Amino acid sequence: MLTLIGIAIVVVGFVLRINPLLVVTIAGLATGIAGGLSLLEVIAAFGKAFITSRYVAIVWLVLPVIGLLEHAGLKERARAVVAGLRAATTSRVLLVYFAIRQITAALGLTSLGGHAQMVRPLIAPMAEGAAENEYGELQQRTRYRIRANAAAVDNIALFFGEDIFIAIGSILLIRGFLDQNGIHVEPTQLAIWAIPTAICAFVIHCTRLLLLDRRLRAELGKKSEAA
Amino acid sequence: MITLEHVYWLSGLMMAGVAIVNWRDRTSPRRFNNTAFWGVYGVTFLAGSHLPDLANGLLVIAMVLVASIRGLGQGKHEGDTRAEREASAQRWGNKLFIPALAIPLITVLGTVIFKRITFQGTAMVDLKQVTVISLAIATLVALATGMIMLRPPLLAPIREARRLLDAVGWAAVLPQMLAALGALFAIAGVGNVVSGLAQRWIPLNSPFAVVTTYAIGMAAFTMIMGNAFAAFPVMTAGIGLPLIVQKFGGDATIMAAIGMLSGFCGTLMTPMAANFNIVPTALLELPDENAVIKVQIPTALMLLGANILLMNFLVFRR
Repeated sequence: MLTLIGIAIVVVGFVLRINPLLVVTIAGLATGIAGGLSLLEVIAAFGKAFITSRYVAIVWLVLPVIGLLEHAGLKERARAVVAGLRAATTSRVLLVYFAIRQITAALGLTSLGGHAQMVRPLIAPMAEGAAENEYGELQQRTRYRIRANAAAVDNIALFFGEDIFIAIGSILLIRGFLDQNGIHVEPTQLAIWAIPTAICAFVIHCTRLLLLDRRLRAELGKKSEAA
Repeated sequence: MITLEHVYWLSGLMMAGVAIVNWRDRTSPRRFNNTAFWGVYGVTFLAGSHLPDLANGLLVIAMVLVASIRGLGQGKHEGDTRAEREASAQRWGNKLFIPALAIPLITVLGTVIFKRITFQGTAMVDLKQVTVISLAIATLVALATGMIMLRPPLLAPIREARRLLDAVGWAAVLPQMLAALGALFAIAGVGNVVSGLAQRWIPLNSPFAVVTTYAIGMAAFTMIMGNAFAAFPVMTAGIGLPLIVQKFGGDATIMAAIGMLSGFCGTLMTPMAANFNIVPTALLELPDENAVIKVQIPTALMLLGANILLMNFLVFRR
C-alpha cells in the first residue's frame, strides 16, 4: 500500500497548484524509496528514465522556424485567409481540421498535426479569425476558449484515428502483450474493432463543436446588437 | 547512419543557444534561473547518453530546483507590434505557409522514403526512430527555406526559439518528468497494487460489471499514469484476461481494442498526459493550465460510456 504514496502526492500537489516539476520529482523519490530503493538508486533511476525519454522533447526543434514565421506574420495571414471565406465559422474550421486529422491519423500519418507545428501557428488563429469575422474584436476570454478547443480537436482526432492504423504503437503493444499470454491476434482485426469507437468520437465531438458555434452566437451575437 | 543521438545534439545546441540568449538579456527578471534551466537541459541532450545515471538524475533535480525556487521568467520582447506583423503578412501572403506546411509534409515523406532507400546496403537513418528523425530533418529544411525567403538576421531563429521556449517555461520538460515518474511506478510495482485493489473491492460476478470495471479501470489508471500504454498490461492481466476472456468467454481482440481506446478517454482527462494537455495551454498562452482538459472532459466521459456499451454489445457475441 505504501507504494501508492506517489499517486497521493501527485493528486495533492496538483490540487494545491504546487510547481508540477517539484511535485512529480517528490512523488518519484517517495515511490522509489517506498519500493525499497535507496535515495541514490532512485535518483539514478529517475535520471535514466529522463534521458531515455528525451525523444518526446524533439518537437521543440520546430520553435525557431515557427517563431521566425510568426514574426513575419504567419498567424495574421492565417486569420486573413479565413476572413476571405464567408462560410467559415469557428466550428466549421475546427470540424474540417478534426476530419483531416482523424483520417490522416487512421492512414498512419500521425505527424500531420501537433500543437507546436499546426495548432499554435495555423489552426488556432484560423478558428479565432473565423469568430472575428462574425463578431468583430473578441474578448480575451473568448479567444482562450477557442484556442483550448483547437488544442482539444488535435488530441481527440489523433487518439481516435491512429488506432485504425495497423502499425501504430498501441496496436503493436496490444499484440505483443496478448502474444505473451498465448493469444494470437491479427493487427487488422484490432484495427477494425477500433472503428466503432472512432465513429462515436467523431459524432460526439463534432456535435459538441457545432454547439460551440451556437454558444458563441448566443453570447457574442447579443453583445453586438446591444452595442 | 543518422540516429537519435544526432537529433539530441541538435536539440542540445538549441537549448544552449536559448540559455546564452537568456544570459545576454539584462532586462530579464529571472536571467540566471532561465540560463541555468535551459543550460542544464542542453547538457542532458549533449552529454546525457555518456553520463552515469546518477549524474543525470542530479542534473534533473538541479533543473527542478531552479524552476521551482523563485521560478522562471520572460524577458521583454521589443520591435514586434501587431501592425508590423500585419504589414509583413500582407507583403508575403500565402508564401508564409510554405515553410510551415513543409514541416508536417516532409516529416511524413521522410517516414515513408527512409524506410525504402538504403545506401550501400544500410539504411540512412535509424528506422526504429524514423518519425522523430524525419521531424528533425523537416524542421531544418523548413528553417533553411524560411531563412532564404525572409532573410532575417542570422541569430533571429535562436532568439525566436528563446521567446517561445520561455513562454512555455517548465511545461516543456514536464512530459519527460512524467515518463520518469512512470518508470519509477513500474519499478515499485504500483500497477499490481492497484489491480489487486480493484479485484478485491469491486463486485465482478456479472459480465456487465466486469466490462464496466475494465473500461473504467483503464481510463482511471491511465489518468494516474498519464499513459494508456502503462495501464493496458496491468488492467488486462488483472481483470481483462482472467474475467472477461476466461471466465465469461469474451473475445480477446475486441476487448483489447476497445480497452485501449477506453484508456485514451482517460488520457484526455489528466494533467499527467502533459504533452497533450498541459503543453498546449502553455503554447497557446492560456492562463488556466487545465483549460484543454476542461474542454475534453465531456467528450471523454461520453466516449467512455459509448465504449462500455460497445464492449458489452460486441465482446460476448460469439
